[in-house]
Amino acid sequence: MTAAAVAPLAGKRRTPWKQASILPGFPLAMGWTLTYLGLVVVLPLTALIVRPWELGLSGVWATLTEERVLASLRLSFGAAFLAALTNVPMGLLVAWTLTRYEFPGRRIIDAFVDLPFALPTAVAGIALTAIYAPNGPLGSLFAQIGIKTAYTPIGVYIALLFIGLPFVVRTVQPVLQDLDREVEEAAQTLGATNLQRFRLVVLPAVAPALISGFSLAFARAVGEYGSVIFIAGNMPLKSEIAPLLIVIKLEQYDYAGAAVVGLAMLFISFGALLAVNGVQLFLARRGRA
Amino acid sequence: MNFRQVDDTSPSVNALEIKGVSKAFGRFPALKDVSLQARDKEFLALLGPSGSGKTTLLRVLAGLEQPDTGEVRFAGEDFLALPVRRRKVGMVFQHYALFRHMTVAQNIAFGLTVRKRSEKPARSEIADRVAHLLQLVQLEGLEKRFPSQLSGGQRQRVALARALAIEPKMLLLDEPFGALDAQVRRELRRWLRELHDRAGVTTVFVTHDQEEALDLADRVAILKDGELIQLGTPNEVYEHPATPFVFDFLGQACRMPGVVERGRLRVADWESDAPTGAPDGAVDVYFRPDEVTFAPADGAGLAAQVRGVAQRGPDVRIDCLIEGETVELQAHGPTLPPGVTTGLSVRIKPLRPQVYAAG
Repeated sequence: MTAAAVAPLAGKRRTPWKQASILPGFPLAMGWTLTYLGLVVVLPLTALIVRPWELGLSGVWATLTEERVLASLRLSFGAAFLAALTNVPMGLLVAWTLTRYEFPGRRIIDAFVDLPFALPTAVAGIALTAIYAPNGPLGSLFAQIGIKTAYTPIGVYIALLFIGLPFVVRTVQPVLQDLDREVEEAAQTLGATNLQRFRLVVLPAVAPALISGFSLAFARAVGEYGSVIFIAGNMPLKSEIAPLLIVIKLEQYDYAGAAVVGLAMLFISFGALLAVNGVQLFLARRGRA
Repeated sequence: MNFRQVDDTSPSVNALEIKGVSKAFGRFPALKDVSLQARDKEFLALLGPSGSGKTTLLRVLAGLEQPDTGEVRFAGEDFLALPVRRRKVGMVFQHYALFRHMTVAQNIAFGLTVRKRSEKPARSEIADRVAHLLQLVQLEGLEKRFPSQLSGGQRQRVALARALAIEPKMLLLDEPFGALDAQVRRELRRWLRELHDRAGVTTVFVTHDQEEALDLADRVAILKDGELIQLGTPNEVYEHPATPFVFDFLGQACRMPGVVERGRLRVADWESDAPTGAPDGAVDVYFRPDEVTFAPADGAGLAAQVRGVAQRGPDVRIDCLIEGETVELQAHGPTLPPGVTTGLSVRIKPLRPQVYAAG
């Protein structure tokens, strides 16, 4: 009350901290929201942030610069990035085929897309390993041309492709579905070639969804554990992912060390998602402002 | 009352020729053997209720739909052999179909910027062209806006400018004012006609609004269930509707059964000369509810009993009981004969009845 009364005197327009709403229950809803978020999200993250420092700054630094830790972080984020990047055009293609064409079995294929969501990741990992192992049906083919897939970073990449695909497809699909066909037809009548129609009309419309799909697939891939550890072979410095390293450190009762790796993952992921959001914001500003 | 259809098929006059075009979607026949012509620089309206095939015909012209049979020629050229993007037709859609992520200027320039490098105008030339078109559609100063920042009428004008930018051989408009409110519609209608006259481009306009078609077009083609029913100037089709459907579709209609014998038309207890060309035997007589005169009960005409008189703005609605059926007649305030009140017995004489064989 006093603040409101004083503000005009000060000559500054104060924006109220909260817009008036006709919906009742704001204090209760806000209170529960904050409590729940605090318990479920913030508290564990705080623990993660606090824990490593019992090693001291130098201890944290020493853990972070361990060759094995660096290699695992590089593999986890590198493979996740590459897999998500691959899934962007491939997911777009799948979504395109499913929305644009009418063919027998379309619904079944559509359901297949969700399998990586539904399958327990360990099951997926075992299945992928069976196929890509040197004596597996696909692995032996790759072996013939001298490429070892399972038990190498390539295996990690393959597993992450598998789990990431539905994220891209399912974010792009509704957007493609809602895309106004008349807009494309307008482009055609104005003389655009098929390629121009895709590049200038379709792609800008689905770009935000593609980026969302990318970040979802990327975030999921970074944290993926179950499907990867079977196919990766988990050789330190070569095909050992960061989440596995955390588990190993935990098994060795090195809780603080595990937290250091976790903290590093948290920061890198956060930075990456921030960058993606930035790109999205930029696109949104340029577009329908 | 002789119905004459203007039927000039010499190729030098006709820019657009459609011959025997049929198109079915699955089992549903959208177009059945449609043939019609549009003259150079003509404004042709395709008029019909929904499902009449008018939009399908327009899409065939644009190349967005391929007919099952038939021929489409423009200036003698086989249009069906050309893909959409080579036809150089300017298409305007009901829901604008603007590129949402492009500014107004980018939207208008689209057709020029997608051209092959050898045919693409220089940047400054494109900018000039866009500026000129913005002026033409009266949207100067809005070139930096995005479509979402424009009103419906403004968006449709952008769509029109975008279509005109490619200097189209033909302008195709698919219910362009369908999504706009009545006021804006009427304004844009006049403006579109002026634009057409200035741009001098053959225009095909699809609408289900008969008032719009009659007001705008040089000639109106009326379609029903995929068939061309009548083609003529607005006056011809309004004054001499070829079928009861056309009569009904172009305005309000009253229908009475009658008989034509030896050149005389008899409806209930009223007899008059039959219109020329009226078929003999049982007929359906159609007349407009506002094209009637009232006479005293002992005069000539259809015996009617007034059941109610209601003022509706400038119009007066008169409910009459004729031959046991309620008929809604219309008069304009000043033309209503004084004394016509509820309960009165009068005689009603349709001024220009149209007679069709009873069906």
